[in-house]
Amino acid sequence: MTQDPAGLFEPVLHQAEVAGPVAAPVSGVDPTRTPQPGGTGHPAGDHVEVIPPVIDLRGLSRSFPGDPPVEALRRVDLTVQRGEYVSIVGPSGSGKSTLLHILGLLDRPTAGDFLLDGVSTATVSEHERARLRGGRIGFVFQAFHLLPHRSVLDNVLLATLYSGVPRAERRDRALAALDRVGLSHRLDFMPTVLSGGERQRVAVARAVISSPHVLLADEPTGNLDSVTSTGVLDLFEELHADGLTLVVITHDAAVSARAQRQVRISDGTLSEVA
Amino acid sequence: MLRRLRAPNVAALSSAISRMRPRRVPGPSRWPLLRRTPWARRRAAAVTAAAADERLGFDRFGLRDLVSEAAHGIGARPGRLVLTIIGTVLGIGSLVVTVGLAQTAAGQIARTFDAVAATQVVVEPATARTQGGERATGTIPWDVEDRLSRIAGVEHVGAIATVNVGDLRITAVPVNDPSAPTLATPQVMATTPGMLDAVRGRIVTGRYFDAGHDERADRVVVLGARAAQRLGVHRVDRQPSIFIGDRSYTVIGIIDDVKRRSDLLDAVIMPVGTARADFNLVGLEQAHLIMAVGAGPVIAEQAPYFLEPNNPESITVQVPPATSTVRENVQADINAIFLALGAVALLVGGLGIANVTLLSVRERTGEIGLRRALGATKRNIGNQFLMESGVIGLLGGLVGAALGVAIVVAVSLSKEWTPILDTPIVVAAALLGGVIGLCAGAYPALKAAGVEPITALRGGT
Repeated sequence: MTQDPAGLFEPVLHQAEVAGPVAAPVSGVDPTRTPQPGGTGHPAGDHVEVIPPVIDLRGLSRSFPGDPPVEALRRVDLTVQRGEYVSIVGPSGSGKSTLLHILGLLDRPTAGDFLLDGVSTATVSEHERARLRGGRIGFVFQAFHLLPHRSVLDNVLLATLYSGVPRAERRDRALAALDRVGLSHRLDFMPTVLSGGERQRVAVARAVISSPHVLLADEPTGNLDSVTSTGVLDLFEELHADGLTLVVITHDAAVSARAQRQVRISDGTLSEVA
Repeated sequence: MLRRLRAPNVAALSSAISRMRPRRVPGPSRWPLLRRTPWARRRAAAVTAAAADERLGFDRFGLRDLVSEAAHGIGARPGRLVLTIIGTVLGIGSLVVTVGLAQTAAGQIARTFDAVAATQVVVEPATARTQGGERATGTIPWDVEDRLSRIAGVEHVGAIATVNVGDLRITAVPVNDPSAPTLATPQVMATTPGMLDAVRGRIVTGRYFDAGHDERADRVVVLGARAAQRLGVHRVDRQPSIFIGDRSYTVIGIIDDVKRRSDLLDAVIMPVGTARADFNLVGLEQAHLIMAVGAGPVIAEQAPYFLEPNNPESITVQVPPATSTVRENVQADINAIFLALGAVALLVGGLGIANVTLLSVRERTGEIGLRRALGATKRNIGNQFLMESGVIGLLGGLVGAALGVAIVVAVSLSKEWTPILDTPIVVAAALLGGVIGLCAGAYPALKAAGVEPITALRGGT
């Protein structure tokens, strides 16, 4: 696919043209948007559709068996619309990780429902959940989770294996993703020789290559110094500006503050930060 | 349409990744991967295409990905790979060597144990070194056929002697043509009537002479096939004659395909009686016997007494060596031991693979968790580890089979044997390694598939 970069992304350009006249602030944060549950459509849209939120938690609880049982999440409600940049901030032990695992379809709630793109995930099979993870969810971990024996390019390509990206497009997409995170010059490097910031950028490239509906970041800057943290958060902001939905889970208020919308979690309950 | 507000941003950034964000597809299905099809077409068929494309399946961890990931997994630790496959290499190698050497030895025995060699006996007068060179110390009596056929186990007897015809010419027609090129004269041999059977010859046409011709000293000859060709005799029904000097002899038969004394094919063969009468033959040189299998020791002991009762040492008898059944039994035992050793080595090799793969699963829980988070199903993970151990086993099998073949060839070379080894056995041995790898990998693969992504992702790299 020599013409791939053009052909691959052609639809988006088309979309852009259609939307051309509608101006948007360059800042990346859309002031006209408010995080209201069920808020869909656009007044200027000529083909109004009802777009379900990417993430819709309804009375979700998760408790771990024990004596007494540990209630990590208690009847949580959360709606994340497309294109939102949400941070979930809370101290350790507040249920952050449990929430992330459930959002990432790695864990199942004990009660309540999680609608991903408006579809309930309560009853889907383990196989289907794996599929959804591969196709709709991108993960960025605190510990990067790069394969140490594989090159940067291979690490990014890894995500295409399971998400169903056509083989012919994989390489071009990976190159584009790495270019996007500014690591085109590191394609054949091993992750072990990269700096922490670079590693996290590789992880971000890997997370976005399969064009997920939502990017889940678990303490993405936990292993980084403040300078590289800023770099990664800048990257998140750029991705958000490009339309990516982001959910960042952190205990760091500074990281949380970069998000467009902040949600606080404590003792298994969520509350919006004004 | 929130995204549309952002669209100029996209254009402004004009970066590749910006076009990779998720997009909505009208209709109930919203798979993000539809990007593959052009936008216009996709919109038209979006509702059904989404489901259809998903069903048709994109390249979601196909066989090629599986093999490639397994190869990377194996190749990541070459040192460990070598240690892992040693057991399989030894097992498969010893199997191939055992089978190969058994086959080679069997081929070797079959070579020496052909029916002709095993049942052929040659009786000759003993020779002694004297001043005048080597001379026979005994003689084979003229009635050798009668004498030796009485020994139990003797089936056919014949004796032979070379006839010295001096410088007499042997021709098919008595034409004295000085300009004709002088051809090499065929050898003249005298045999007893039983010689044809004793050397397992075949009559091409006509017949061999019998005891009557011998007793009467009839002037008849039988031609070897090549001699007949040289003399221009092709059929005997018109009773052609050949001339030895100026005496004519009737050709009564042509023989071919003798298994011993193939010089008979180039010879003019006459009865012993005729040779004694016409050429003063003084003695027989050699007697050939065909015996029943296993009669060798009896014949070797008794034949000299039947021929020279007063001086049995003057007769030498060459009998084929008896094949030792004891040796064969020992060989079979050794084979069984080697096969058992090979089986044990294979078992150990399989356990080694299982052990290392299990270790590898433990070490790579982080990787497994990551892959699960990236969308790998349990089956994907299990298959990957199964494939890795299968490939390790197959590698061991290939190396072992190759080493085994090399050893069989080297041993054969040193013993000057012809190495014999069935190719299917070598291929099967290599594949057996793969099967063992798969079996060994089953449990670790199950373990890997059962790894909980949450716990796996919590720690590690």
